[in-house]
This record gives sequence, C-alpha cells and structure tokens, in this order.
Amino acid sequence: MELEKYELGGTYYKEKDLKDGKLLSLDWKPKLQYAWDDGVAIGRYLAELKKGNIIARKCNKCGRIMIPPRMFCELCWRPTDEWVDCKDTGRISTYSICYVNWDASRIKKGEKPHLPAVIEIDGASPGMGIMHILGEVDPEDVKIGMKVKAVWKKPAEREGSITDILYFKPARR
Amino acid sequence: MAYQKVAIVGAGITKFVRRAQETGKELAFQASKMALDSCGMTLKDVDCVSLGTAPDAFDGVHMKGEYLSDGSGGWRKPYMRQFVGGGTGVFAPIHGWLHVASGMFDTCLVVCSEKMSSCYPHPQGAFITIFDHTTEQALNPTLIWIFALEMNRFMSAYGISKEDIAQVSVKNKKNAMDHPSAQLPMDITVEDVMNSETLAWPVNRLDISPASDGAAAIVLASEHTAKRITDKPVWIDGVGWNLDTAYWATRDLAYPRYVEKAARMAYDMAGITEPKREIEIAEPYDPFDYKELHHMEGLLLADRGKAVEMTVDGVTQRDGDRPICPSGGALGVGNPIAATGLMKVIEIFLQLRGEAGPRQVPGTPHCGLAQAWGDLMQVGTVVVLRS
Amino acid sequence: MLEKVAIAGLGFTEFNSVSPGSSYRELTYEAAVKAYEEVGIEPKDVDSFVCTSEDFLEGYSISDEYCNDQLGAVLKSGQTIPGDFIHSLSVGVMHILTGLFDIVVVQALSKASNMKTIPEMVNFAFDPVLTRPLDITSYFTAGLEMNRYLAEERATREQCAAVVVKNKANALINPVAAYGADVTIEQVVDSEPIAEPVRLLDIAPYADGAVVLVLCSEKTAGSLTEKPVWIKGVGWSTDAPSLESRDWTEGIATRLAGDMAYKMAGITCPAKDIDVAEVNDEISFKELQHLEALRLFDEGDAGKATEDGKTALGGMLPVNPSGGGLGMGHLFECSGAAKVVELVQQLRGEAGPRQVPDACIGLAQAWRGIPSTSAAVAVLSAD
Repeated sequence: MELEKYELGGTYYKEKDLKDGKLLSLDWKPKLQYAWDDGVAIGRYLAELKKGNIIARKCNKCGRIMIPPRMFCELCWRPTDEWVDCKDTGRISTYSICYVNWDASRIKKGEKPHLPAVIEIDGASPGMGIMHILGEVDPEDVKIGMKVKAVWKKPAEREGSITDILYFKPARR
Repeated sequence: MAYQKVAIVGAGITKFVRRAQETGKELAFQASKMALDSCGMTLKDVDCVSLGTAPDAFDGVHMKGEYLSDGSGGWRKPYMRQFVGGGTGVFAPIHGWLHVASGMFDTCLVVCSEKMSSCYPHPQGAFITIFDHTTEQALNPTLIWIFALEMNRFMSAYGISKEDIAQVSVKNKKNAMDHPSAQLPMDITVEDVMNSETLAWPVNRLDISPASDGAAAIVLASEHTAKRITDKPVWIDGVGWNLDTAYWATRDLAYPRYVEKAARMAYDMAGITEPKREIEIAEPYDPFDYKELHHMEGLLLADRGKAVEMTVDGVTQRDGDRPICPSGGALGVGNPIAATGLMKVIEIFLQLRGEAGPRQVPGTPHCGLAQAWGDLMQVGTVVVLRS
Repeated sequence: MLEKVAIAGLGFTEFNSVSPGSSYRELTYEAAVKAYEEVGIEPKDVDSFVCTSEDFLEGYSISDEYCNDQLGAVLKSGQTIPGDFIHSLSVGVMHILTGLFDIVVVQALSKASNMKTIPEMVNFAFDPVLTRPLDITSYFTAGLEMNRYLAEERATREQCAAVVVKNKANALINPVAAYGADVTIEQVVDSEPIAEPVRLLDIAPYADGAVVLVLCSEKTAGSLTEKPVWIKGVGWSTDAPSLESRDWTEGIATRLAGDMAYKMAGITCPAKDIDVAEVNDEISFKELQHLEALRLFDEGDAGKATEDGKTALGGMLPVNPSGGGLGMGHLFECSGAAKVVELVQQLRGEAGPRQVPDACIGLAQAWRGIPSTSAAVAVLSAD
C-alpha cells in the first residue's frame, strides 16, 4: 500500500487567504483563570524568596538537598526532613541566547536577547538547578560553568515569586 | 505468554501543512478512512478506538478528545484518548496494543490528529503553559528555551559542533522530498542551516521542524484476524515507555535516560539483546536536528556522543548501513505533534513491507523501531516492529 | 475474563470545597502514601502508573508532565488518560490482562477550587464554530436534556428532586463528603433557576480531592491484601459529541458501556445481580437516566423507585450511598474515583453507617460531564 497510490487529505491555505477573507474563520479568546494552591513546600519557597532567601528541603535518607523544595522525596518515597537555606549564588549548567519571545515574535531591533539558563544553586545538592535568566552580561561572555549571583528586587517590590530575583549576573571572586 | 500478538495491518495519513482548511475532525476522518480502506475494513470491523492528540491549547477546545471522537470513528464505540505530550504519537499504538494484547478486543483503530494552526498568535505560544505555573511561567519562557538549553548541554558535554549536527537537518529535509505528505521538503546544505536565522543560540531556524496540521491512523489486529486481513502483517513485538521527573532542571540534559529505559523495556519484550545490530532501521523523533542524535544514543543505537559520527560518515542515509529517518522525519515531513509519531510508525510499517515507494531502503529490513519524546524532556515511547 | 484483576490498595483524601493547605502534588502524595501503605509496597514495586487529567482542568498544558513525582513514578512507565478515572482503571485492567504487568497504580485528582472561571472552561469544550459563539450558560445542555427527559414522562420534577434529597442525606454520614445536607423536595424545586428546569440545588457543587488505587493480578493479590475487591468487568463508550445529532433522552453511551461491562462480568440480569450502585448524579435527573441506561430499572421506573425509597440506604438497591456527586462534590475527572472508593469500602464491609448489608457485587458508572457523551462503567465484586 504505497502512500503514493492514495489521494491524501489536508488542504493548505496561506495566512494571506485568511486576511483577504477568502476563508471564513472565527475568533475566540477564552477566559481561563486559575489560582493554584502552592501548598506547604512551594508556599514556603515563595515566602522565602520574598525575604531574599533561597530555601531548599533535605531528605536525610538519600542526603539530597532539593530545589524547588518538596515535602516528599520522590526517589526515597518518604517525607523530607528539614529546611535548608541556600546561598544566592550558583553555577551555569547550560544557557541559551534567545531572539524570540514566548509567542514566536522576534525581539525588537536594539533590544537585548534573552539569556535563559539552568543554574545550579550553591548549598543545594550538585545538579540541583533552577531555570532563570541572566543579566548584566554580554552573551558572548557567558560560559557553561560560570559562577553567578542573584540580583534581587528591592524588598518593598518583592511579591513572593520567582521574579523577586530579577536575574543572575556573573559573580566576582 | 498470556498476551495476544498484535499486528499493524493498515495505515492512513494526510498531507502535513502549516495550516489546513480542514478541522481536526475532518483531518482525523481523512486519515482513518484511508487506513480502513488500505486494508479493506469498515468501521463495523473496528472494535475500539484509541486517539492521540497533543495539548488542547492548540485547537482551542477543552476536552478535545470528545470533540474529535466522531471524526476518529469513535461513535458508539469504546473510545479512549491517551496523552504523554510529544510522545503521544508513538504511545498511541502502544495504547492500542494494550487493547488488543489484553484479549479484550480483536481490532483497534489508532488515530492521531493535530491542528496546531488554530492557536494564535502562534502555536509556539501555547507552550508557555507547559512550564511549572508557579516557579517558571513568570519568567515568560518559550518552548525554544528548552531545546536550546538541551542542545547546548549536549554539544558541550561531547564536544559536538553545530555544523555536524546540521547534517541531520540536511539529510532529513532531503529524504522528505520523496514523502507525499511532506511540508518542508528541500535540498539544502550545511551552510544554509548555519546561515539561517538564530532563534535561540545554538538553535537556528533550519534546525527546527515546523508547526503543522495533519493526521495519521493505523489499524491493529490480533494474530488470527491480522492473517485474514493481509498477507503482510507487521508485528508489534516490543513496546516501552518511561517518564522521568518533572524537576527537569535537576537532570543532566546531555543524555535522555528515560529514552534508554523505554528502549530497554521494548527490547526485552522483543527479545533484542544487541540493538545496534538487530535494529536495522529506525525513526527516532527529530523535532530539532540534534534530537535525532540525542535519541539514537538513548535508544542504544549509538554510543554516547558518537551518533554524530554515524551521520557524518553517511551511515544513517537511506543507502547507509543504518538508515535513520528515511521518511524525512519531523524536520522534513512536518511536526503535527501526535501525528508525527504515528507517521514514523507508518514509515517503518511500509519499509518492512517493501512498500515505501521512492523512500524504500535497499535490502528488506525485517526489524525496525519508531520512537517519540515529549513533555519537559521527560518521556520516551518506543515500539519495535518486525515483519 | 482470562485473568482476574484485583483492587488491593486504596488511598484517598477528604473531598472538600477548598484545599488551600496542599498543592496538587501534596494532595496526590497523601492519597498515594495511604494506598501504598495499605498493601505494604513501594513505588519500585509498581510496574506501571496511569494518571487521569485534562489540561484545562489543571491549568497547564501537557498535564502528563506533572503527574508522576508525587506517585514515586520517576523513571517508570507512566501515562495519562484524559478521561474519567474509570477509563484509567480500564487501562490498568488491560495492563494486567496482558500478563506483562503485575502491579499497576491508577490515580485521579480534582483541584476544582483552583479553577476560577469554570463556566468559561466548560464553554471552551463546546464546538467552537456551532455552539460556543452562542455564549449561553454552560448548563444549557443540562436544561435541554432534563426538559426532554421530563417531557417524555420518564420522571416527574419532584422525583428528580428526590434524588437530591436522598444523596445529600447520605452524605451527612459520609466523613469524607463535602456537601452533606438536610434538604426537602420543595427547597430543591424552588431554588434559583439556572437553566430551566435545572435549578441550583439540582447541580452537584465542586470539590477537591485525590484518589490512588493499587491494582494487581490474582496471583499477587494474596500477598498484598486479605480483602481484595475483584474487577469483574469494565466498559466504556462515546456517543455523538455534536449537540445537534445526539439523543437527548437516553444515556446511550452509558448503556453501551454498561452492556460491555456486564458481558465481561458474566452478568445477564443486572437489576437482580447488582447489590449497590454508584452512578453519576452531576445533575439530579442524570442519576435516573443512568439507572435506566444501566438496565437497573425499566424505562420510566427509576424516578418512581427513588420516590418510593427503593434506592435509599436500606432500600432494595441502594444508589449512591456515598452521597454521590450531589453529596460528596463534583470532582471532574476524579468523579469515577470517588465512586470506586465507596464501592471498595462497601464490598470490603468497611462502609460503617452506610454499609449495605451483604453487598457482594457493585457497579460504578462515570459520565464525563457537560458537554460530553462519554461514559465508563466498572463492575466490582467481593469474591
């Protein structure tokens, strides 16, 4: 049954055809709003971010100090034991230089590209990373393994969110 | 063995296009009808239906499975949808396999339909909602971040260059020129890939597969029914699937260990002990060019960091020792997420029957695999097929 | 059935209108711990995990990503079924019937309190071209259906209200139910009109909660539990999704799902063989429609039977002894799970003041809610 023997479905149309009214279409903007309960672990994580602190949770059985914190160790299958304060420094485990926004539009001319990165936080177990963005650094200077430090919002502006950390910048020794 | 042997006996597919006039229902119908026609069956002969389709956010319909049910043949039948993100396309036959292997059903129609074009301003935007709603979404991430972060890690861990990785894109888009469903078939060079727009370094535009609309379907049957329907059944000899932790930033992104676990599960079931030798042809998921290499290693078809050498040496071309993505893959044929995985399964199905037309690899392969991947770099789904 | 499948372990949280103290992860963890402890297993002993969720109910896409850590299912076979819990249960059954999987965990969760714009979300499930632009309250389909059901004289308005009275009263003696209450038929009939003839008290209010089940094969059941509950049959079906071409009176998908489950369980006379039933009562009249579709009562008799107390606790065929959705709360895709929870307790003899004496065979039915026409059924047995 070679595919070539069949007439395949699927009919292409150009974006322009839509704009020119050659095809009828319907728009709908859904109103989808959620308010997620943070629970114990993330609730504390966010509350500590508001205070300018990165907090982790330790499982005494496997010894992992985990970020983001969780009330249960998913590997040992037992409740975690204690809160551990981490530093607000870390190492870049991987990064990218991004020229597109979340909706696939391009950044404007002259705008700096976004620098997302996975940062292993000092004080947590090796390999424990969080996703965040880099700032105050030229894209060409970013290296995997580079030491970075968090730049926080002013205390009065913090909300208890991951964005209370504005970005991570290269750490001076 | 307690379970029934299951074969693929028919297949159907639509063209993959950036935006289709048809609704998701109509695409599903076109693919399912072709699948049934291809093996001389009608909907009456179908005992149950399994639907695979990616996030509801694309189509803009909540409970999308319900909406697509009539287009997929699910009217007044046992109809169920399953979902493992991008892995859905290869998980759909596994889900269908469960229906028949359990002995509860004799035949199963597996359908994957995707309509990404409904999502405005761009389907990519829907992916912001796959990140953790509390600890990640506030950073306004885009889907490309994940791939760029992973590709960077992969390149850095093994010292692989962008130029070498680009050869995968060149190969697949060229292979796609022989696929009737292909959305982006093209004859390009490594230089073209390197010169294409940098979206999120190290990812360039021509490293990526497009957003697509499209559908695919296959018909499964138990052993004695399969033999009545066709003289060339292709057996699903191994299935495997594995899900890693959602805390993706705590994993080493250079190696997809969950793909390895899924592959081992499938190999064990199929009695395969030397995948490098016994898997003659493979369709790993290639939404980005480096993913083909990443997955080849996870599937144990290449040593860690070495898949790129196989590409550079031409081993993975259609006339090479180990054809990889002879269809043209997601990079060339298109990536209507769930339908892509099923397209890959269909390609192996056709190759093992000698019916892949201009894409047919020389010699007649007897054992091949298809693999898909998804979520936040979390899930691997594998099927091993034999003729 | 080729191989017997048992429900060995059961874990569930309370069902509440809000659950602010727990994130969705912590809620599932609580249910999972209870289920695993009951049978003395650890996640590493489990062969496959089946979760239940729909993206727009959780509020993030690819909800499959966030199901597994809290079940201990890291680097294990995990999948998600956008369906009801009973669909996932059926997938668990199929796993074990292949003989390749021995212990399978099935999970479902509801965090309805986190969904702030539920009517818009339900509307979002309507056909985007033909129905959604009409922008009517999401309950209008319930109104259309109930109106038709009453017009065909399948039940009276008061009989539908009697379902509400019964179920909310049952919920008063169910410690995990969210909406137990003492209401009268008049109060139901006079409550605020939503989509006539559907009134406010006809509708099950939303609740949060999580349920985790441990399934296993016959040969393993003995080592895990002394009171396995056997899954004798499962069935599921979907009718026309389009509003324009569906049957507005019969619950056809429920009938087909029920027949499939009965066939598998070897039940030829459900009205005689089923001792206790938990069916979807998301809108009051639905309980009656489903009972008839499941052949537990003849056409037009379910309403009368409710009025006469035949489906009350202590009646001939107790229906929704848990309080159903009207009493426990509507849990979206976790609804079927709450029904299975009640049945397992009944069949184990652990239902306390709600215990149906000598309950041996039970039936759980789920309908996926507005605007779907999908139903799933499970027949469970104590031996």
